[in-house]
Amino acid sequence: MTLIPADITRDVIEAKLRGRKADVAGAAFRYLLLACLGLVLAALTTLLWNVSSVGVPYLGERGLLDFLSRYGSSQADIAGVYQALTGTIQMGIIIIVVAFPLGVATAVYMEEYARDGLFTRIVGLVIRNLAGVPAIVYGLLGAALFARGGLEGLTGTESLLSAGLTLSVLVLPIVVITSAEALRSVPASLREGGFGAGATRWEVIRTLVLPNAFPAILTGTILSLARGLGEAAPLLLIGAKDFFSGGEFGDLQGNFTSLPYLIARWAKLPSSQGWPDNTQAAIVVTLVVILGINAVGIFLRNHYEKRTR
Amino acid sequence: MSQTPAPTGIAMPDHTRPEHAPTPGAVHHRGEHREGTVVFDVEDLAVYYGDFRAVRDVRVQVRQNEVTAFIGPSGCGKTTVLRCFNRMNDLIEIARVEGKLSYHGVDLYDPDVNPVEVRRRIGMVFQKPNPFPKSIYDNVAYGPRTSGLAKKGSGLDDIVEQSLRRAALWDEVKDRLKASGMGLSGGQQQRLCIARALATDPEVVLMDEPCSALDPIATGRIEDLMEEIKEQYTIVIVTHNMQQAARVSDRCAFFTTEVNEESDTRTGLLVEFDATETMFSNPSDERTENYVTGRFG
Amino acid sequence: MARDRPHPLLIDPEARMTAIPPKPHVTLDDLSRRDGRTAVDRVVSRLLAAAGFLAIVVSLMIVWTLTRDAVAFLGDVDLSLLWGDVWSPRSGRYGIRAPLTGTLWVTLVGTLIAGPVGLGAAVYLAEYATPRVRRLVKPVIEVLASIPSVVVGVFAFRFIAPQITQRLFTDSPTLNLMVAGIGVGLLSIPLMASVSEDALRAVPSPLREASYGIGARKITTVTRVVVPAAVSGLVAALILTISRAVGETMVVFLAAGGSPTASSTPLASGITVTSAMTGVLSGSDQQVGGTPYQSVFFLGLVLFFMTLFLNLVADRFVRRVRQTY
Repeated sequence: MTLIPADITRDVIEAKLRGRKADVAGAAFRYLLLACLGLVLAALTTLLWNVSSVGVPYLGERGLLDFLSRYGSSQADIAGVYQALTGTIQMGIIIIVVAFPLGVATAVYMEEYARDGLFTRIVGLVIRNLAGVPAIVYGLLGAALFARGGLEGLTGTESLLSAGLTLSVLVLPIVVITSAEALRSVPASLREGGFGAGATRWEVIRTLVLPNAFPAILTGTILSLARGLGEAAPLLLIGAKDFFSGGEFGDLQGNFTSLPYLIARWAKLPSSQGWPDNTQAAIVVTLVVILGINAVGIFLRNHYEKRTR
Repeated sequence: MSQTPAPTGIAMPDHTRPEHAPTPGAVHHRGEHREGTVVFDVEDLAVYYGDFRAVRDVRVQVRQNEVTAFIGPSGCGKTTVLRCFNRMNDLIEIARVEGKLSYHGVDLYDPDVNPVEVRRRIGMVFQKPNPFPKSIYDNVAYGPRTSGLAKKGSGLDDIVEQSLRRAALWDEVKDRLKASGMGLSGGQQQRLCIARALATDPEVVLMDEPCSALDPIATGRIEDLMEEIKEQYTIVIVTHNMQQAARVSDRCAFFTTEVNEESDTRTGLLVEFDATETMFSNPSDERTENYVTGRFG
Repeated sequence: MARDRPHPLLIDPEARMTAIPPKPHVTLDDLSRRDGRTAVDRVVSRLLAAAGFLAIVVSLMIVWTLTRDAVAFLGDVDLSLLWGDVWSPRSGRYGIRAPLTGTLWVTLVGTLIAGPVGLGAAVYLAEYATPRVRRLVKPVIEVLASIPSVVVGVFAFRFIAPQITQRLFTDSPTLNLMVAGIGVGLLSIPLMASVSEDALRAVPSPLREASYGIGARKITTVTRVVVPAAVSGLVAALILTISRAVGETMVVFLAAGGSPTASSTPLASGITVTSAMTGVLSGSDQQVGGTPYQSVFFLGLVLFFMTLFLNLVADRFVRRVRQTY
């Protein structure tokens, strides 16, 4: 084999440089990848269409306000999501009050104060792995700790507070991880500048590090809030109800339900009595709430990315 | 506490004699062999990162109202030593300091010493300009505010203005004090950082290669600035630029590196410490001569 | 803050020139001065440490509560019957093979969907898509990632079962492990896609340029250079996807049928470890204590260790990526 073929002439080179040999395999591969992406988009579109094509007309027919203000019922045409909506909102407030400060404080301690040692590394490992524990396992913790034993004197059995605390424990590792990442991305030169100007560690954190990491922490916590509020599995284990009296704002020790839980219950009811329509309408409400929270988080992140660039 | 009050008495009249004020050059000690008060007295200093010895055998006396320069090739530990002077090395968990480092006769590494107080008294300017993502005003006011040196109001305004004037930045920014410090040019940012360091009323300003990220014009301005402010402050500067050291410093410490055969690591060490003139004209060590004449490094 | 002299910058310039410069006298007491700020710093550090400690304690309680009741369960049941193929706590049958095979089928189907589709989408986004396309498509995948699993469960139950699996496999029951697996796969695609894309993007571009530099085509560069270079991260993505599928509850709860018997085919009604856990504690006749109650914690512990193992393995691979680049 020679490196330069004997027949290499100007014409041949020109033909080779100009000629586009059909890259069949390349094109096929590209379309295959595109098909994967298309499949994702198609699935999402079908899902949203499937839900909204039933749910939205139903909401229009029955009246959105009626659906949002009615309590749970055994009859589909008068069953509403009022208690589920208040339950979800109040659980959200509990998460914001309990999990966010605790999670951010843990992250600040781990990243800014704790010395790098065996303890810190073990804590990091525990938190990383807890973030991957299935949601339903947190339901067992809630059951054993809050809802059915342990701290029930404080939280009330099978109460809204139990549910809120369970979801708080569920999102806690995610809050810690995203906050720690946000703190790690703060440039070291900023901290040095603060220390060099004679600030204490807490002053450096309060005046320089936290303001710098705030947008990313906010985004992470908002996304974890949406994640926690979308979970139904843990609530299955700690006594959520679909049909009860009460469930007003502020009744922390009372019975509770939430939007995802109610969907799961309604979906299992017989399809002959109009429950499928109710279920799809409840999904529309849930998607508006959850995707709305997510949209806020993603908007803030994009806003922040644009600003730092 | 080996403080000698006598040199203080000698140095003071320089400042009190009004006729010296308009001509800063007159207070230069260069060539006069006048010995100012020793601010930092360093004896057999070594710094370790874990088991690794980064720099050893440092013996330096930094004197008041002088510019002391640390020069040497990269990796020779000059920055490491500088960061001992205001206990910035405390922020690196594995860093450990051995030997004597006293500030006006007080052991800086005494367990009772509060590093925050040390850093307020000994300001620092970093290699890369690092203004805070705040307004120009808030950048300068940061130190006085956190240390409680001045509360809001005209007192703080005056400190900000005077600091910016000292850093030769006032005229360029006086109309946009509320604008972000990040919007300034590199040289302006570095002068803002100098203003920030001066605002806490430090006695010493440490400068870690303050011009390495700047163009020659900005560098010139910072060098002029050093000449001016050394009347009031003591300056220690790390530089890899010999011409700069020759231009601005009164005394010079030359560091170099040695390779540790068994671990393939480098340890920095002090070769020579003397008046800058002597160092550049008549060095006593061959390695210094090779370096300052450009034969090595 | 007591100072024995005014701030030098506040002395007017005229006076400054004639003012006596500060006598450089510093004592150990001066440098040891600790004011309220130091105290605040210490108090805050203690509070933050307490928060961190609380977070750890709460987290470790998960393991403790699971173990406590799981051990009690294992003391109560006839261990020889544990390897049976019917899981029905109400009739006292605890055959772990039923939920395990169900989990196996759902995870298999789910991973076979989410793995290739997620990888394909990730390769397209990382290597082929223009920035504009990526800006448009990424949010769509993020939307899919943020849809609650119960919604996908209802979708599997109301749409995938009658419209897809019933048409393909007419003999099977409407709700079966395959339906649940498809739903779980759909749910896991975003995770697979985003972790894979991160892995592909971590491959340094000089590697790609080197490949193009010797005249390789795009397909060759992607399949022979980029994907092999990113393989650790891709394996991690796959393992995380598997872990996600193993732990998914609501889709299975709604779409898998719920038959308590182990099945040799995914086209049968069944339960998984997660959906079996919902059986006892949900509904109106909840019993606290007793063997059925404790059996849930046993399943929880099994699930915990399965996912923990998978996550630890994935962590290993992720770390390898970090070390390489």
